[in-house]
Amino acid sequence: MLAIISNALCRMTGRNGARVVVSRSFADFTPQATFDIKKCDLHRLEEGPPVKAELTREQGLQYYRTMQTVRRMELKADQLYKQKIIRGFCHLYDGQEACAAGIEAAINPSDHLITAYRAHGYTYTRGVSVKEILAELTGRRGGVAKGKGGSMHMYAPHFYGGNGIVGAQVPLGAGIALACQYQGNNQVCVTLYGDGAANQGQLFESYNMAALWKLPCIFICENNKYGMGTSVERAAASTDYYKRGDFIPGLRVDGMDVLCVREATQFAADHCRAGKGPIIMELQTYRYHGHSMSDPGVSYRTREEIQEVRSKSDPISMLKERMLSHNMASVEEFKEIDIEIRKQVEEATQFATSDPEPPLEELCNHIFSKNPPLEVRGTSPWSKLKSVS
Amino acid sequence: MAASLRCFLRSGKNTVSALQRREFHRSAPAAVQMTVRDALNQAMDEELERDERVFLLGEEVAQYDGAYKVSRGLWKKYGDKRIIDTPISEMGFTGIAVGAAMAGLRPICEFMTFNFSMQAIDQIINSAAKTYYMSAGLQSVPIVFRGPNGASAGVAAQHSQCFAAWYGHCPGLKVVSPWNSEDAKGLLKSAIRDENPVVVLENELLYGVPFEMSEEAQSKDFTIPIGKAKIERQGNSITLVAHSRYVGHCLDAAAVLAKEGIECEVINLRTIRPMDVESIETSVMKTNHLVTVEGGWPQFGVGAEICARIMEGPAFNYLDSPVTRVTGVDIPMPYAKILEDHSLPQVKDIIFSVKKTLNI
Repeated sequence: MLAIISNALCRMTGRNGARVVVSRSFADFTPQATFDIKKCDLHRLEEGPPVKAELTREQGLQYYRTMQTVRRMELKADQLYKQKIIRGFCHLYDGQEACAAGIEAAINPSDHLITAYRAHGYTYTRGVSVKEILAELTGRRGGVAKGKGGSMHMYAPHFYGGNGIVGAQVPLGAGIALACQYQGNNQVCVTLYGDGAANQGQLFESYNMAALWKLPCIFICENNKYGMGTSVERAAASTDYYKRGDFIPGLRVDGMDVLCVREATQFAADHCRAGKGPIIMELQTYRYHGHSMSDPGVSYRTREEIQEVRSKSDPISMLKERMLSHNMASVEEFKEIDIEIRKQVEEATQFATSDPEPPLEELCNHIFSKNPPLEVRGTSPWSKLKSVS
Repeated sequence: MAASLRCFLRSGKNTVSALQRREFHRSAPAAVQMTVRDALNQAMDEELERDERVFLLGEEVAQYDGAYKVSRGLWKKYGDKRIIDTPISEMGFTGIAVGAAMAGLRPICEFMTFNFSMQAIDQIINSAAKTYYMSAGLQSVPIVFRGPNGASAGVAAQHSQCFAAWYGHCPGLKVVSPWNSEDAKGLLKSAIRDENPVVVLENELLYGVPFEMSEEAQSKDFTIPIGKAKIERQGNSITLVAHSRYVGHCLDAAAVLAKEGIECEVINLRTIRPMDVESIETSVMKTNHLVTVEGGWPQFGVGAEICARIMEGPAFNYLDSPVTRVTGVDIPMPYAKILEDHSLPQVKDIIFSVKKTLNI
């Protein structure tokens, strides 16, 4: 009732009036609601995550903010790439935001996470600012890796990149989980890979050792249906990625629903922390962009398919509609958040395009850690360069 | 009273030690003989004890006591947590070791032989060696990769390759190649304490060979700096540079040549990367001649690199003849003994090359 009145007032008084009305009716918003989420397919599990998820207003706005920030950051990267300000590899994450946001919502900052090359979203959720991410993409000294890593090599505490070799990050993740177990710190390692990497041999070696030693490793396959230009049907004899761990229990999760991802990740983390060993999650998700910026993404899939996912399953829209339909937030509020994020991304872009490139003196640094300075041969025998740790 | 008591105690102590001296003919602490295997074992034992983040993983390292018995006794002493037997999954367990290093542990990753490291080479180079640079110093990888390298005896082509040149090629890796027991212990300990990925190229044929271990080397804190070569024998006629087993061959050749009045200076490289070129240059500027000796293949090998570096530096002007490389024969390793013997440098090949280089 009050909502109807406030909406009417909004329309009558215009923007300024609406803001006043909104701030007065904060108390009208539903503070918490329960949503039905898709049941997960289970492999070697008696029970799965709950089919209902609770969401508070604060959480909802936070997830929205996170996903929208990743979305806008990726779209900005697209723009900068087309302007040739970003070069080399650039694999964009738009469409998959619910995965990164949902996972982060269910783990602690002290847990660990490692992923492959489509890493900008996780770099953000693991704590690196948009400014430092964009500046790394543009190869400037203010980038998170001082411009020396690029798109695929960004790091943060308890975030191990960003890895360029398909599948190599999976044994690394199992090793990080080994360290957690060894140190007895009750932390878990989330180890992500794609449907393409799911066919790499080293994954199966990792599954074997993780299960044998009961490592607290959550293996997560982000199945976006295409490994570069090869659809899952053309790459895998079994596309049930959540079952590919064989003796490792698995879940298949709706990766477009941030709540579903969160509940499943919570379930998986509890499983690992209870000492039950590794677990596999398959997140069914979708990427709007092609494999990378050099792939238009329409030679191996139809524009109609992309459009259908965008209109029916967009993770950000879905969350927004849920919250609006339950009166957990207002349209204006979301608009304000959008404006704020746009501003943040613009500022980050300003920095990323104006910050200078790394100084040439940096060229040979960071070869070794905690090492006395050494000499590095340049392009000719007369070029003797210096390297410090 | 007190004085006489003290006197008695003092003499008592002396008497006891005198007795000991008389009974066991014990002299002042001196060098002992120790095999390379035992030296490596001691190095790992000491480092495992010193730092609880250190652990060993690899095939057969625990319950089998090590495929070549290098890790004998360690599993019994340290248990499953610190000494881990892995399945036959090089790519997988190497990646696991690298991940563990990234997350704060200090793994020793053993390859049964370095031939099997080829399966895991992506993890060594792309995940370990390059990471500190790519992350601009945010992520270090304190890991040791160790195992036997190069030719053994009768194990033929797939099990005899020398990887010094391949690993020595890559920035971000340190590569060491010990010869004797002191080298083995000191370099392995340094490698374990190093914050960076270090490849330790051992040699199976040297495992059972005893060498003298000085008193200093017997200490629990004995380390040898990575990146520094050692002059094993001084000489004025010609410089011989080698690593691993061939240091011994060079010393044998030097002994024979000395009888003919040719005094060889023998340099034990100890470290392949970063290579101590300065020591070689200093020596060449004295002797004016250089012969490199290695077990690996000639093309793009350790000797090739030394030649290039000598040419580019001050020592070039002191050379009285081009540098000579003595290397393994450029073929996959054959099985039959006579063929195998002729696939690798022998002492007579070194002597021959020295005389050719000196134009004798």
